[in-house]
Amino acid sequence: RNLSGSVGESLLSGSSSPGRKRRLLRLYYSAAPEPQQEEQPDPCDINGAQFDPELYLNKLRKECSLNELMDQESCMVRQIRSLDSDMQTLVYENYNKFISATDTIRKMKNDFKKMEDEMDCLSTNMAAITEFSARISGTLQDQHAQITKLSGVHTLLRKLQFLFELPARLNKCLELQAYAQAVSSHCRARCVLQQYSHMPSFRGIQDDCHAIMERLAQQLRQKFRDGGTSAKELSECVELLLQLDEPAEELCDKFLSHAQTRLEADLQGLEAELRDSAPIDTDILEFIDRGCNEFVSNLCLVIASYQELFVNRPQEGDKLLVFVDTLAARYFSLVERRIQEEKGVGDNSLLVRALDRFHRRLQAVSKLLPGSAVPSQGTEIVIQAARERIKQYLSALQSFYLDSLTDVRQALAAPRGPPGKEAPPSLPDLLTSLSNSILNQIKSVLASVHLFTAKDITFSSKPYFKGEFCSQGVREGLVVSFIKFICQSSRQFCESAGDRGGSTPPVLLLLLSRLCLDFETSTISYILTLTDEQFLVQHHSPVTAVTALCAEAREAAQKLLNHYVKVQGLIISQMLRKSVETRDWVNTIEPRNVRAVMKRVVEDTTSIDVQVGLLYEEGVRKAHSSDSSKRTFSVYSSSRQQIRYAPSYTPSAPMDTNLLSNIHKLFSERIDIFSPVEFNKVSVLTGIIKISLKTFLECVRLRTFGRYGLQQIQVDCHYLQMYLWRFVSDENLVHFLLDEIVGSAAHRCLDPSPMEQSVIEVICERG
Amino acid sequence: MEDDAPVIYGLEFQARALTAQTAETDAIRFLVGTQSLKFENQIHIIDFDDENNIINKNVLLHHAGEIWHISASPADKGVLTTCYNKTSESRVLTCAAVWRMPPEWESGSHESPDDSSNSPQTLELLCHLDNTAHGNTACVLWEPMGDGKRVISLADSHVVLWDLQESSTKATISSSATLEGKGQLKFTSGKWSPHHNCTQLATANDMAIRGWDLRSMSQIYCIENAHGQLVRDLDFNPNKQYYLASCGDDCKVKFWDVRHINEPVKTLEEHSHWVWSVRYNHSHDQLLLTASSDSRVILSNMVSISSEPFGHLVDDDDLSDSEETHHEEKSKEPLQDSIIATYEEHEDSVYAVEWSSADPWLFASLSYDGRLVINRVPRALKYRILL
Repeated sequence: RNLSGSVGESLLSGSSSPGRKRRLLRLYYSAAPEPQQEEQPDPCDINGAQFDPELYLNKLRKECSLNELMDQESCMVRQIRSLDSDMQTLVYENYNKFISATDTIRKMKNDFKKMEDEMDCLSTNMAAITEFSARISGTLQDQHAQITKLSGVHTLLRKLQFLFELPARLNKCLELQAYAQAVSSHCRARCVLQQYSHMPSFRGIQDDCHAIMERLAQQLRQKFRDGGTSAKELSECVELLLQLDEPAEELCDKFLSHAQTRLEADLQGLEAELRDSAPIDTDILEFIDRGCNEFVSNLCLVIASYQELFVNRPQEGDKLLVFVDTLAARYFSLVERRIQEEKGVGDNSLLVRALDRFHRRLQAVSKLLPGSAVPSQGTEIVIQAARERIKQYLSALQSFYLDSLTDVRQALAAPRGPPGKEAPPSLPDLLTSLSNSILNQIKSVLASVHLFTAKDITFSSKPYFKGEFCSQGVREGLVVSFIKFICQSSRQFCESAGDRGGSTPPVLLLLLSRLCLDFETSTISYILTLTDEQFLVQHHSPVTAVTALCAEAREAAQKLLNHYVKVQGLIISQMLRKSVETRDWVNTIEPRNVRAVMKRVVEDTTSIDVQVGLLYEEGVRKAHSSDSSKRTFSVYSSSRQQIRYAPSYTPSAPMDTNLLSNIHKLFSERIDIFSPVEFNKVSVLTGIIKISLKTFLECVRLRTFGRYGLQQIQVDCHYLQMYLWRFVSDENLVHFLLDEIVGSAAHRCLDPSPMEQSVIEVICERG
Repeated sequence: MEDDAPVIYGLEFQARALTAQTAETDAIRFLVGTQSLKFENQIHIIDFDDENNIINKNVLLHHAGEIWHISASPADKGVLTTCYNKTSESRVLTCAAVWRMPPEWESGSHESPDDSSNSPQTLELLCHLDNTAHGNTACVLWEPMGDGKRVISLADSHVVLWDLQESSTKATISSSATLEGKGQLKFTSGKWSPHHNCTQLATANDMAIRGWDLRSMSQIYCIENAHGQLVRDLDFNPNKQYYLASCGDDCKVKFWDVRHINEPVKTLEEHSHWVWSVRYNHSHDQLLLTASSDSRVILSNMVSISSEPFGHLVDDDDLSDSEETHHEEKSKEPLQDSIIATYEEHEDSVYAVEWSSADPWLFASLSYDGRLVINRVPRALKYRILL
């Protein structure tokens, strides 16, 4: 019962929970169960290992009621019963299996017995075979040795035959010019012949072979000398000769001299092209292409084959260097000549591409021959060409500028033909078109030059093209030089033409002045920024600052404008001067009109005003009284003027006039006549009027006036006063100078009786 | 070391004519001729007392008319010539005459300096240099360093060489030449060269400068378009025989080597209006004065084209003594052409400037409003030139 209980218990547990079974298995197989699953074994667990029936019974009895106990009991009984039946079933099953296993074993025993007999039979058979085989090999032993010997003899015989046939074969090769085969055959036989040379027959063969090979070498040398063969054949030739133990040095020289003749032929071809193409019909790209394809590639081939052939002769390397350098120098001089002929600045891309190709192909040489100076010389040529190019572009820009100036000059001259009073209406247009065309030209030149530094051009990565070319070449040599040229040529207009006045039309001066001023304010910084951006100029070396250039341009503009004022002032001055000098002021008639020259002066001043107004801003003038033409003039002539020379015809006080005029001058500022002007219309006009009136004054002081002479001057000055005040920045200046003129005329007058102010006004208003 | 302030003297009348009293080598004396159409014209004799910085003046009356040009005889202190305007019957003619100052003007001034102007004495006419056929006389030139017997007058387009005889009371034309050319040619000024035995003359008309040989009275060179505008004045370098300076309405002063007349040797452009007068210092030809109608007088130091381009030459015995110090001096003086000073005491156009004949460091300038200013070369420069 106890046993059945324990079995039933285990079965119970098996059916009730698989986890428990697994734990039991684990308990069985491993000594150390997992610590965390260790729990106090419950003695009351009917499935537990520590099940204590007493304790369990007691517990049940204590805890459960009778009914429960009864239920428990019946349940227990039921379980025990089912367990018993299960046990029985198991036992039966096991028993059946055991019986069938016993049967199988018995059957196997019978089978093995049969097999043992067959194995015995096999082993006897094998022994018989071994015996037979030993007997056969024993009989065949002798024959085998014989065959081996025979085959050795056969080989030897073939070798001998080869040797005997060698001379004939060599001869045949010689006939067929299969030199390579001949040499290789000879090489194979050479050692043997050498070894057995003491035997007369072999000696004969050897001598024959020597003779033939001598001939062969002769032929090879002949071929070598003849030229006309390609570089590849040549190098083959050399290889064969080397194998024939020709002296390497001699070969080397010969090889080089031969290569030289062929390369020189290439060079001569190039030179011929240079020489007879006076009108260059092949462009530079073709020329360089031809040079690359013929000369440079042949040169590379020569270098490569040379190095291959004479690879283990380092002392011959120098020879090659010298050879390459001399030839390359000639090639370079040809290329240089060709580049120099490239003067047209239209399309730079062709030149750049040609130079690029030229440079790229030379890289091959540098790879083949690392020590050679050729690539660096080539780079030098490229750099030189770039420098030349920049110079050419500069001169092209300069001539372009001068040409466009001539155009402007013509355009200015054309509309002035008809005697219109107005300045050419297209003045601002001319200015913008001139400045735009200059700008565009600079831009296009920059674009052309930029090709030199394009990324896909091999030489653009050279330090020269990264640094000096951009900063010194393009920025300084091209852009800055051009701007300086513009300023300088502008200044020359002021200096050379200055004295004669006539050679440069004043309008051109005005136009150029405005151009230079525009350069100063915007164009220069724009161009330089553009250049710096395009060329990423890194300023390693000091470069001209934008401000310095601007200052130069401003100076030029100032000079031009000053000169313009001077020239225009001079033109008006001359009119005034002639009018004063040629007249007999003592014996003149009573004034009835303003003199024509004064009208002309006002007209010219007005047209200058229009002209300047087209290009320059108005400028500031000092605030002037309303209706200046009348009111201030009446003050000037009636009050001040009267005071000024009223005493001069009272003989008692000769000092007063001087005193008064001195006092007057004491308080008025000194007037600089030919002083620099500002960049505006008013200042320009003020300058011109100042020069004109001062001339008028000085001329008046040199003359002597009669009564009507003085009055005429009065009328003229009043007329000028009426019209000139509006042009100047400070009308007091005009007042002062006209005052001086009338005052001086009064001083120089034999009979100073001034005209009535009202009469003057009437005359002037009548025109 | 302060430079002395300029001394200013005011005339009552307007004036253009100024000269140093050439024959006087002790006293600093200038002669000024006035221009007035209404009053009696005067010649002011300005004596400058260098030590006390005082001006003494004496006035002589010049009845003939307003004075346009004045020049003093190099031989006789009392003799001078003037060019003056004569107005008769509404015609104005510029004439020239030789005058003698009354011998007692000096003593009279000493006795009563205050009222000397009240009873001015009159110039004594020696002779007229007139020939109505010649027209208006622009200027009269004395033979430099001569005996005061020969003068040249430039009248319109004529060069007239006069011999003064019988102590200058009689003038006869010894030779003359006429400028040929298109239009009405008029001489504006001229200068008698002190070189080549005084056989050469330079004249200016319009924009051209011409050289004349007085022996043959023929033109020897002509600088056409010497200036962009009218040539106002010229002067010979006293020490370099082929060099002359000219000035004109183009505000420029130009220096010429008459052997190479295509280009000026040098050009100055410092004035802002016409330059009316140019004068070399008589002893130190690097010093040059110019006067302009911009009311300024400019003193320039033109070392590079002077006869002393390397500074004052030390005498030989000095040289042997101290060659090293000499070299030091040379190195410490970087000799460069420069403007030494601009004098702005005038308020009207300055038409004339003259070096004193007695003191090489002193000069006078005259502006149209009658202001005469006496100035000195700055001391620092003076010592640099001398030492």
